[in-house]
Amino acid sequence: MFMWIIKRDLLLAMRRQSDVLTTLFFFIIVVSLFPLSVGPEMNMLRTMAPGVVWVAALLASMLSLGRMFANDYVDGTLEQMLLSPQSLSLLVLGKAFAHWLVTGVPLVLMAPVLGIQYDLPADALFVLTAALLLGTPVLSLIGAIGAALTLGLRGGGVLVSLLVLPLYIPVLIFGAGAVEANMAGMDFDAHLSLIGAFLLASIVLAPWAAAASLRVSLE
Amino acid sequence: MLQGVNLACVRGDRELFKDINFSLETGSLLQVRGPNGSGKTSLLRMLCGLSNPAAGEIFWNGTAIRSLDGDYFADVTYIGHLSGTKDDLTVIENLRISSALAGFEISANQAGEALKHMGLKGREALPVKVLSQGQRRRVALARLLVCSTTLWILDEPLVALDVMAVKLIQGLLEQHLQRGGVIVMTTHQEIEVAAASIMQLYLA
Repeated sequence: MFMWIIKRDLLLAMRRQSDVLTTLFFFIIVVSLFPLSVGPEMNMLRTMAPGVVWVAALLASMLSLGRMFANDYVDGTLEQMLLSPQSLSLLVLGKAFAHWLVTGVPLVLMAPVLGIQYDLPADALFVLTAALLLGTPVLSLIGAIGAALTLGLRGGGVLVSLLVLPLYIPVLIFGAGAVEANMAGMDFDAHLSLIGAFLLASIVLAPWAAAASLRVSLE
Repeated sequence: MLQGVNLACVRGDRELFKDINFSLETGSLLQVRGPNGSGKTSLLRMLCGLSNPAAGEIFWNGTAIRSLDGDYFADVTYIGHLSGTKDDLTVIENLRISSALAGFEISANQAGEALKHMGLKGREALPVKVLSQGQRRRVALARLLVCSTTLWILDEPLVALDVMAVKLIQGLLEQHLQRGGVIVMTTHQEIEVAAASIMQLYLA
């Protein structure tokens, strides 16, 4: 069942590639705008890079949150999922994982290329990618709660950003912090371990919370 | 098997119905009737466990459904107003995926057989978005052919279907009742189904 839901969401994403590409291009454009607007001051760009990349990743991941449940809600497939004998939390976990594969992984793959624009050294690029790899699934999982809570509401898109962005802050701080620590010549293990801890906590808690919100939203 | 005791439904500050009582044994059909807005769909959603009644309790084999959860869902197939099909997926993908999510995986052959029976032969590989309203309904109803649940809850299953398809569905309902299944459905049409017991519930 877990595999079926992932397969289904990936199949749907393949049939609607424009949705996936919008998120990725949004990320690329936002990250590229900064060097163009700030100017080619290498030292400043290097300092800004981790923060800019992470903020752009948060916004890009949020951009696609609305679609996580909304389409299924409209055509009644979400209703059917709620009536599945299998655990709804597992199903939400599957959907969040599929969301990450579709929106998170392309960002992670693209980040090192974009980092070059900011003149990041090779090991900083590596840390940036590792932090994004650990952090982006957290964004999808926390986002699932927000998407489930605002399901069927008018103006849900704005509301979801108000609900979810504050919860993204810890990931942002430690994600950008890891790269900054590395560039300052310090150890970045602690930052990555903390993001890993966020990931584990959100794998356990977020599907459960999102499932409860879905039941309320569909009542 | 399925029993409703003193069910009530409140929407906003309006009471749609109260003190609804019924008891269904194996092989019986409950037809819920009433004018638009009388709470038919609300009642069916309660019976599925999608929403909780404002008062009263629903029992399945003597146990309250709110304490059964997943075990109850394994016995129920619900087909509502919304078709529950994805426009971008093909007919056969829709059937296989919705069955898998409902807890029983079916092979491509089984799905093909069911679709053939529903008169969708040759359209298996088309995306649902190109189908007509009636054909979409047939895709949704094809789930009844491949499921092995006891309780069927159907919200206006005959809407948008042509005469042949209505006959087909009535035949399906009859077979299900003969196997000892239970059906709760709403429809504005007269249904011609031979069953051990057909009950009608009027919501006013």
